[in-house]
Amino acid sequence: MRFLFKTTYLQDIRLVKHGGQAFWYGLLVLALLASPWLLSEYWLAQLTFVLIYAVVGLGLMLLSGYTGLFSLGHAAFLGVGAYTEAALGNAGWPFPLSFAAAALVSAAAGVVVGLPALRVKGIYLAIATLAFGFIVVEVFARWESVTGGNAGKHLKAPSAFGWSADDDVSFYFVCLVVAVGATLAILNLLRSPTGRAFVAIRDSEVSAQSMGIHLAYYKTLSFAISAALAGVGGALYAHKLKFISPDQFDIIQSIDLVLMIVVGGIGSVHGAFLGAIFLITMPQVIALAKDVLPAVIGQAPGLQGAVYGFVLIGFVLFEPLGLYGRWLKLRTYLQIFPFYRRGMFKRQKSFLKSDRLK
Amino acid sequence: MQALQIVISGMAQGCIYGLIALGLVLIYKTTETVSFAHGELMMLGAFAGFALMTLAGWPFWLAMPMTIAVLALFGFGLERIVIRPILGQPAFSLVMLTIGIGYAARGLVTMIPAIGTETHTLPVPYKDQTWNVGGLVLNVEQMVVIAATAVLSAVLYAMFRYSKIGIAMQASSQNQLAAYYMGIPVKRLNGLVWGLAAAVAAIAGVLLAPITFVYANMGFIGLKAMPAAVVGGFGSLPGALVGGLVIGVVEALSGFYLPEGFKDVAPYVVVLIMLVVRPNGLFGEKLRKKV
Amino acid sequence: MTTAAGTPLLAVSHLGVRFGGVLAVDDVSFEVRRGEVFTLIGPNGAGKTTVFNLISRLYTPSAGSIEFDGQPLLARAPHEIAGLGIARTFQNIELFENATVLQNLLIGRHTHRRTGFVSDLAFTSKARAAEVAAREAVERVIDLLDLQHHRESLVAGLPYGVRKVVELARALCTEPKLILLDEPSSGLNVEESDDMAFWIDDMRAELGITVLMVEHDMTLVSKVSDRVLAMNQGQMLALGTPAEVQRHPGVVEAYLGAADDVSSLRRVVAEVGR
Repeated sequence: MRFLFKTTYLQDIRLVKHGGQAFWYGLLVLALLASPWLLSEYWLAQLTFVLIYAVVGLGLMLLSGYTGLFSLGHAAFLGVGAYTEAALGNAGWPFPLSFAAAALVSAAAGVVVGLPALRVKGIYLAIATLAFGFIVVEVFARWESVTGGNAGKHLKAPSAFGWSADDDVSFYFVCLVVAVGATLAILNLLRSPTGRAFVAIRDSEVSAQSMGIHLAYYKTLSFAISAALAGVGGALYAHKLKFISPDQFDIIQSIDLVLMIVVGGIGSVHGAFLGAIFLITMPQVIALAKDVLPAVIGQAPGLQGAVYGFVLIGFVLFEPLGLYGRWLKLRTYLQIFPFYRRGMFKRQKSFLKSDRLK
Repeated sequence: MQALQIVISGMAQGCIYGLIALGLVLIYKTTETVSFAHGELMMLGAFAGFALMTLAGWPFWLAMPMTIAVLALFGFGLERIVIRPILGQPAFSLVMLTIGIGYAARGLVTMIPAIGTETHTLPVPYKDQTWNVGGLVLNVEQMVVIAATAVLSAVLYAMFRYSKIGIAMQASSQNQLAAYYMGIPVKRLNGLVWGLAAAVAAIAGVLLAPITFVYANMGFIGLKAMPAAVVGGFGSLPGALVGGLVIGVVEALSGFYLPEGFKDVAPYVVVLIMLVVRPNGLFGEKLRKKV
Repeated sequence: MTTAAGTPLLAVSHLGVRFGGVLAVDDVSFEVRRGEVFTLIGPNGAGKTTVFNLISRLYTPSAGSIEFDGQPLLARAPHEIAGLGIARTFQNIELFENATVLQNLLIGRHTHRRTGFVSDLAFTSKARAAEVAAREAVERVIDLLDLQHHRESLVAGLPYGVRKVVELARALCTEPKLILLDEPSSGLNVEESDDMAFWIDDMRAELGITVLMVEHDMTLVSKVSDRVLAMNQGQMLALGTPAEVQRHPGVVEAYLGAADDVSSLRRVVAEVGR
């Protein structure tokens, strides 16, 4: 067990709280830096996807996990970023500029969605974002001059002033830098008044207002930041696949994103990464299992969907804290062995508390 | 005349949306859960009807009630096994759970060998018939949808207004704890509500099947019931039907008069406009938390 | 705009609000002077919390006006109230359940923030210094209310009495001029109520905060209040010192009902006034 003896407030405010954390995260950083030489090309590509999805997941985690605004249409922002990057990149803009533009255009889209969303709550918001998602995908398909319509759009490798990230390794490092930057940004937000304002809005809007938090401003800000992150992820996603089409950003993708943060563990930064790992490795696991299962089950086309569904149900029923919650329980068990009690993380059973009181 | 034809066709489609929205609002009113699995329940109803009529060879008038009963039981069981354990958790968890149920149902049906991936027809007795009324050519399948919806609405209205169960459901939806104290078996009631909602979805599925055929992704049609429920005001049963009709008619008209692509997004544009103009829907009430 | 020391801190004038057909607050007027403890009493449904919600701008009145420190309040949005110097607690505790006590209190410092979201994103040295300053301010309140061992606890798991104290602490973190306490001692046992009386006195004497509270516990009311306003069914019943109001026959009748027998009424009034 570790006992922390704190002498300054900065120890609580710092991101790295103690030597153990510094050690393990340092090791992780080293491993990530060395990956191109440790992993095969295939696994490096998968890791790149994990980083990309984690960036998007961080944005969605901020919006839904920390501000409490459900978004069932987040793939739309992914698409906005992807198409912005594609259009500008192909027009010859240097990568840093087109990348920043993708973030800004997505943020603007986030504000556009966020503003009417201020007046609605809960399920209405979810349906509004769902509706927005459908409309944006249709716009992608119809606005052929910019997006190439249903035929899709090809992308060139990211390039700027002579340098080009046209091989897997250099692109991986671009994604790594972006992912680390996004994580630090989110962690900084969460330990500052802005992040606390988001949490306040999630837990009690009335209280938040009484504390001086301007609901409209912070909700819109949350939408803007999470959309910007999704747009950034989308830009990287577009470059990785080298080809994008509107149906990659439909409701299935939106639900995949939400699945990612629920399975990862809602309300935690680790959850975004764990969820991204889950999302990328799950198809591999299913593919491996296909060889083991009888042909009736293994070769059936709907297997992936069914498995995703059951996994989602399983997590909501048995592990509402997600993969990160499961990891916390495991770590606590190991840390305070043999004093771990079954009920330590148990959520109190409560009656349905109506949100609808007049 | 053409316009009227389209409106009627839109009304029929709207009735389907309305029926599914009815199930959604029923569940929401009683348990404050939004079920994203309802489209899939409709799909299961259609497949159950198909299985009974085509595979088992039952006649229509026997297969229909059986389909409804099977789905009602399924809904009841679903509530008992999957939904009840997490009652009291935040709404987001419940929504994710129903999304998971929808995914799983769709996946499982797709996995059924030979049947899951094909599109099937439902051999109803009134299939492909038309009536000629005045200058209109009316599709009997669509007429049956409208008529059945009307009848079902009347039955449900009577049930809620006059029967003990209906009043108990209303009580449970307004204050669950108080309902417990009054001796209302809230848990069993929730199961009944899910069973009822599933039965309504099954009826919608069987009514829709002759028009759109039976296939595993039918559930996505049910996704448009969400805008229908919102337009009507999520807590209102008649609102759900009205919302469905509005969405259906708007969809049909935009499919005909507007350029390609608008038909698919019409319901979603309508719902966004409604949320901006009247956030609580046509019949919803303005609700505010009391502090 | 200068205000003389004699002007009241809060002036409520002919306030009224209607919900549908119900007049929840009907022509209520009172003033709260600087540095005093002013209590609203009355049976349930009298409209006391509604008056609070009107001051917090969670509801909009259908009649009347509210002035705080000489400035009209009705033009303000709910989130501007804390910045003006008004803090409140809630009858049913509206804490941020999924955050720790420390985070709840830090959120109370929101009106004193010095950084925008961009500096927060980058966590500049200015943001870091502001964080340390906020933490120091919050620790002073924790010291005052003895919340040290609950700092890192999630609010959702805390006992009721502690949560009430956390609500009070959170309100104090905003450094208000006026604090609205909604039933501060409801649900508390005798020791906790004693602590609460002590703190209310401390707030007035040491922190210079004016207190406006709703309370049912008459012992607490008599102990700490300077003046009392009794309400019933949205209307004002009696205004004065605690002793005066408790003897008022209308107040007695509102709480205890009318007595046909005058001598029994006298007995009852004598009991209450003691």
